[in-house]
Amino acid sequence: MSHRELDDMLGKGWRKPAFIKNAALRWALIIGFVAYLIAAFMTIDVDWGRVYEGLDRGWAFVLAFTSPDFVSRWSDIWSGLLESIVMTVAASVVGILISIPIGLGAARNIAPLPIYLICRAIVAISRALQEIIVAILLVAIFGFGPLAGFLTLSFATIGFLSKLLAEDIEAMDKVQAEAIKASGARWMQWINYGVQPQVMPRLVGLSMYRIDINFRESAILGLVGAGGIGATLNTAFDRYEYDTAAAILILIIGIVMALEYLSGIIRARVQ
Amino acid sequence: MLRLEKLTKTYKTGDQALKAIDLDVPKGQVLALIGPSGAGKSTMIRCINRLVEPTSGGVLLDDVDLTKLGSGALRKARREMGMIFQEYALVERLTVMENVLSGRLGYVGFWRSFLRRYPQSDVDEAFRLLDRVGLLHMADKRADELSGGQRQRVGICRALIQNPKLLLVDEPTASLDPKTSRQIMRLITELCQERGLAAIINIHDVALAQMFVPRVVGLRFGEIVYDGLPTGLTPDKLTEIYGEEDWEATIEKVEDEDVEAAE
Amino acid sequence: MPVLERDDAQVWRRRTTGQSLVRWFGWLLGVAVFVYCWQLISASTTWFFVWDAPRIANDIWTRATPPKWDYITQLGRPIWDTLNIATLGTIIALFMAVPVAFLAARNTTPSALFIRPIALLVIVSTRSINSLIWALLLIAIIGPGVFAGVIAIAIRSIGFCAKLLYEAIEEIDHGQVEAITATGASRWQIMAYGIVPQILPAFAGIAVFRWDINIRESTVLGLVGAGGIGLQLSASLNVLAWPQVSLILIVILIAVMISEWVSAKVRGAII
Repeated sequence: MSHRELDDMLGKGWRKPAFIKNAALRWALIIGFVAYLIAAFMTIDVDWGRVYEGLDRGWAFVLAFTSPDFVSRWSDIWSGLLESIVMTVAASVVGILISIPIGLGAARNIAPLPIYLICRAIVAISRALQEIIVAILLVAIFGFGPLAGFLTLSFATIGFLSKLLAEDIEAMDKVQAEAIKASGARWMQWINYGVQPQVMPRLVGLSMYRIDINFRESAILGLVGAGGIGATLNTAFDRYEYDTAAAILILIIGIVMALEYLSGIIRARVQ
Repeated sequence: MLRLEKLTKTYKTGDQALKAIDLDVPKGQVLALIGPSGAGKSTMIRCINRLVEPTSGGVLLDDVDLTKLGSGALRKARREMGMIFQEYALVERLTVMENVLSGRLGYVGFWRSFLRRYPQSDVDEAFRLLDRVGLLHMADKRADELSGGQRQRVGICRALIQNPKLLLVDEPTASLDPKTSRQIMRLITELCQERGLAAIINIHDVALAQMFVPRVVGLRFGEIVYDGLPTGLTPDKLTEIYGEEDWEATIEKVEDEDVEAAE
Repeated sequence: MPVLERDDAQVWRRRTTGQSLVRWFGWLLGVAVFVYCWQLISASTTWFFVWDAPRIANDIWTRATPPKWDYITQLGRPIWDTLNIATLGTIIALFMAVPVAFLAARNTTPSALFIRPIALLVIVSTRSINSLIWALLLIAIIGPGVFAGVIAIAIRSIGFCAKLLYEAIEEIDHGQVEAITATGASRWQIMAYGIVPQILPAFAGIAVFRWDINIRESTVLGLVGAGGIGLQLSASLNVLAWPQVSLILIVILIAVMISEWVSAKVRGAII
């Protein structure tokens, strides 16, 4: 029986079964994608002459990285950088503090339905609006300056952290939490003993990650007048001061690397 | 056919996994390598096909010293040695057929293998092998859909399609239940007989080794402490290999099981 | 701090006095830093505007509603451009990220001493800098337009994708690679059979995930002149055409939601 099957198969070629079984669908997807790519490429008009001219400037910029100019605009760089750091710190603290209750509220397994819905709505709004757009609106409302940036970053932090915190709480080990509940703990005690120890390491890790993101984002808020190093950077580009721009970018990269290193150490310690 | 000469492996940590091993494996002989974990069984097998670089000594396959080969010649030499792994080591996300055909990688060029255009003779051989181990109907299933025993059969096919002279088998049954373990061991020894292959089988289950192989080599702390017939494994010998334990019970139990299996 | 009292003399504390002191000092320092940051923000804020904010917010709201619906006819091309920036940028980034990831992963890098640090530097520097800043830079070099946007998104995504990908490569099951090596396969064959199948799902997930993020980012690239719907947003903001602004924001929100939905669907199908 099986040998007849074998005899049938011998001498016949073998092809790997396709990922998408339906041949028509497979080809439609492939052709559709290729057609889209062609259409997309066609609609980008690239001024190659302009690009060619730009190569020199691009090269000048690359060279600028070998001789960054920290000195001539140091006071601008310093005040911008300080403002970025200040906004990052303040917004991270406020954002993390607010996102904890909202995160608790957005976890279906510990929050009652009305609170759950409200908290999820806050998270959804915060995540759907990008930092830069929020910053534009807040600058329009509160005026130029780091306050708008601070509020923007706090708001974005809430959406990010609450969502991940809520997901973490929803995925936690029920048995541990139940054991604490069984001991007759009150709600706060229950959160403190049953939930907090389980999600704390991840919360610390995510907070560190968010501080990192907040700093990176603070570097662009200045483009719309919401304070930070972005304004200085924008000016440097406008004046074609590539060596100053390079200096600022190096500082940003350096600080991000330092933050990542720090968060690596902290995460390793809390686990 | 295979000769190990003063094969030594010292890890960077200073652990001496193999201490000047000398071993001769004639053509067509299946031998079991037993010993406690950490005795150097895995290291020895991997030193033979140089998945682990030996520190010193020689590995002679048909009088060619594998330790002196450059990377191209080593690849050719590896084709002569099929390997079967403890955790099957199938490429989980590829189909059974691709896994079997991957045994031919040493023979086909990159683009051919990349486009899965294997020569018809390879495809036929893969079909034959899958039929031999009873998995022909599974050819287009993904490897991670298979049970442990089935995966190990695919692993065996992958090793055999290389058309090797020698099988290196690393704990083939460690992840399997007792019944499947016996089936797999039987399959390996049968296939070796059919094809006249020599094999070195790492195995920690002494009973299983005694059931299926004509020669047992005992390894302890990187040294050979026993080399002979499976029947020669007396409690004293086992104590020498594994350390103090009540071996009488183990051996007797094995024989009981054997009777049961025979019924 | 939990304190448990037993009998008369036995007191159990979670931390020794020294540890407690260090912790309290840490908290104190944290609070001091936060207060300092807040004072800096406060000092550069015009509080008059802030007190006036509710009125201004209300004013903007009344001006922005209802959105100017018929303006949508002029948004077709910008939306198409935005989609292209995100998609083409992602594709280019993936092509660049794959080699970088293989060079950066500990188990595949040809040289851990020289090449790996370079690959890591590429990853961290492209990742640390926001796509808006890359866009600014590219506009200074090759002029404004969609092309600058595509490249900006591509550069920003390289580090992101390469980081996730090299982490996936480092987590592969070495046994499968070993098994392929044992068959006598060449270096490239080992890659194609032993490594690629293992990281393919991660790769697809990363691609879709990043595409989703890039849709968001490409909606605002126009603010600095790099094409897409952000150009219209910026133009409308400059002339204070609030009804147009609100329509654009709605369109952006919908686009973001659709892309998130698509990416969730595709990721669900892969995993």
